[in-house]
Amino acid sequence: MKPTTSKSTAERGLYPLPIMASPEGALVVLFHMLTFREVALSLLLLLGSLSFLSYWPDVHNLWLAGVAGSREPPPKSESPASTRSTKAKPVNNNIVMATSKPRTSSFSRNLATVPSSTPGLKYGPNGTIFISSGIPDLDKILGGGFPLGSLVMVMEDAEAPHHMLLLRNFMSQGLVHKQPLLYASPSKDPKGFLGTLPTPGSSKDDKSRDRDPENENGLRIAWQYKKYFGDNQYHFDSNRDVKHEYCHDFDLRKPLEKHFISGQHIDCVSILDSPNLAALRDRCATFLAQFPRNDSSISSASRIAIQSFCAPQCKYSNKEWDMVSFIRSLRSMVRSSNAVAVVTFPPSLLSPSFSRRWQHMADTLLSVRAIPDEDKEMAKLLTGYQDMVGLLNVHKVARINTQVPVILDATTFSIKLQKRRFLVLESLNQAPIDSSSGTSYGTSASCSGSSKTGTLDF
Amino acid sequence: MDQRAPNLLDEALGLVDEEKTKPWPLSSRVVLVEDRVETSGAFVLHHLLKRALSPHSSNDVVVFLAFSQPFSHYDRVLRKLGCNLTAQRENNRFFFLDLLMSEFPDGDEENKDGLVALYGKIEKVVSTSFQENKKCITIVIDDFSLMEVAANGSTNYVLDFLRYCRTLTSAFGCSLVVLNHEDIYSSIERPALILQMEYLADILIKAEPLATGLATDVHGQLTVLNKEIRDEQGSSRNKICNFHFRVKENGVEYFYPGSKT
Repeated sequence: MKPTTSKSTAERGLYPLPIMASPEGALVVLFHMLTFREVALSLLLLLGSLSFLSYWPDVHNLWLAGVAGSREPPPKSESPASTRSTKAKPVNNNIVMATSKPRTSSFSRNLATVPSSTPGLKYGPNGTIFISSGIPDLDKILGGGFPLGSLVMVMEDAEAPHHMLLLRNFMSQGLVHKQPLLYASPSKDPKGFLGTLPTPGSSKDDKSRDRDPENENGLRIAWQYKKYFGDNQYHFDSNRDVKHEYCHDFDLRKPLEKHFISGQHIDCVSILDSPNLAALRDRCATFLAQFPRNDSSISSASRIAIQSFCAPQCKYSNKEWDMVSFIRSLRSMVRSSNAVAVVTFPPSLLSPSFSRRWQHMADTLLSVRAIPDEDKEMAKLLTGYQDMVGLLNVHKVARINTQVPVILDATTFSIKLQKRRFLVLESLNQAPIDSSSGTSYGTSASCSGSSKTGTLDF
Repeated sequence: MDQRAPNLLDEALGLVDEEKTKPWPLSSRVVLVEDRVETSGAFVLHHLLKRALSPHSSNDVVVFLAFSQPFSHYDRVLRKLGCNLTAQRENNRFFFLDLLMSEFPDGDEENKDGLVALYGKIEKVVSTSFQENKKCITIVIDDFSLMEVAANGSTNYVLDFLRYCRTLTSAFGCSLVVLNHEDIYSSIERPALILQMEYLADILIKAEPLATGLATDVHGQLTVLNKEIRDEQGSSRNKICNFHFRVKENGVEYFYPGSKT
């Protein structure tokens, strides 16, 4: 067998130290679950024995020989036991051969692999904990997802239901992770909305995603490098263990299976007939009071989804101070609990000044916009226009426990449906011709509430 | 820290003091920080907070009215800047008033009582600190617009509150630092609140995004309007500084437009 490791083991965080020779000459094969610290320690040991024996040139030669002798791909799965027996390849000199997985930097922080006792939570920088938005691409754009304790606001397109896509995936993801949910909407029967939630499917069978783990069996060029791929791609190795997946791909055409909904903590509130917001505030307060923030142990996260908060059919919709005051108290309550609140609202129904207030209160601010079906001009400007269903703008990314703003490469993304089932976000690609008007389109794509539209004039 | 070269913001605010002999230059002054949705000005507050609590001026006291974030947020941010708020709070140099959840609800008497009680709290801290011979007291209000929301939109009451706080600056030599959001008021015809605040302010700091959009190495520009600088001849004039900035975890880089290497 070859002194290389298969991808699956490398990904699980095993740091193989295949062959380690003691000065006496006995070969020892270590193949254990090692933490990073242990690896560092044993590397130190290795270096110590190396300098003791001072056989550097031979190490180098051997390493080359090892590489040259291992041209064929390794088997897909390899039990550690069999590896142990086969790995002990005789090495002529009594020296050490270190083929342990090289790291980009010994001190790099490996955030994605921080073990989490609760599924659906991920540790981020600055002591934040992320939960998934339900859209893998959005999680990636936002740097991990929505941080607990943050208020996410989505500015709706008043004429299109694209915000529902975000809301559905957000709610479904929570239910799949068995996280309590409070859903408020201006419809008569908010519970009925649960029937339209998408179910987790696997988009792994279609090959459009690059670095598909299914391709592992086939012959590939530079296969040795594949262990460097996907180190931080948390959701690529997820089909192995569905239970502990952080973020699912949701199949928008299949409703969520009943067992996800039944027997869970779901509060549904209709905000249609309530004359003021006191009732909703009380519901949110009692809901969140069950999950106080406790930094030492996080049992579970909870989600609040409020749809079309300032919809005109609500009786309080003319009381702008009441609404902004509710948003403020919701934000404060969420801050001190392990929850994320997503509120969607049509900014065009608010006065510009209040729309600004709401945007200031949001930790993460997104906006969605539909694009017209047959727009020849836009189809000329953007590649892949036919597959787009809308545009998503990221105006603000949550900045909890830090003062540094997150500056994204692109703030406008196209919302596409992959195979008409899975929601994907892609940054806009301008068609090569007529790039000047393409740029101005990209900036004017920010929502109506944004002031940048006015100041930018190309 | 102070060992580093003074930055442009400190220069613009007159905080550069080589010999550490002069009193806190912001005393008896009102600083208004204005920002926008695209560019947060919170880092200016953090900077001033750190300067006010710096070890060189161990007689300073900060009263912090937090409407916007919980204590843990400020603690983490300031710790990365090299200032331990928890320790300062225990030393009675940092008074943190958590107003995240507090409401000053509508209805005349009640409303005023809420804000009056809050003012009473501040005044008590300020007067006791003054008696303890503390050199300078800084009052920071993080997000005045949220205070307006807490008072349910009664502009007059919050402006009264601000004026009361301003009397503290003249009576006790306090400095008052207030953050507000400029773009909330830009669509109102006669935005009384922001106009009055700008009138009351001695120093106006505006954080704006670049006109050309977001960039990774320039996060925005600051305009500092320092009213009534007194020079040697005793005459007063306004001073305007304009520069770009880049926010980092352990500080902020300031540079003149185009001079970033």
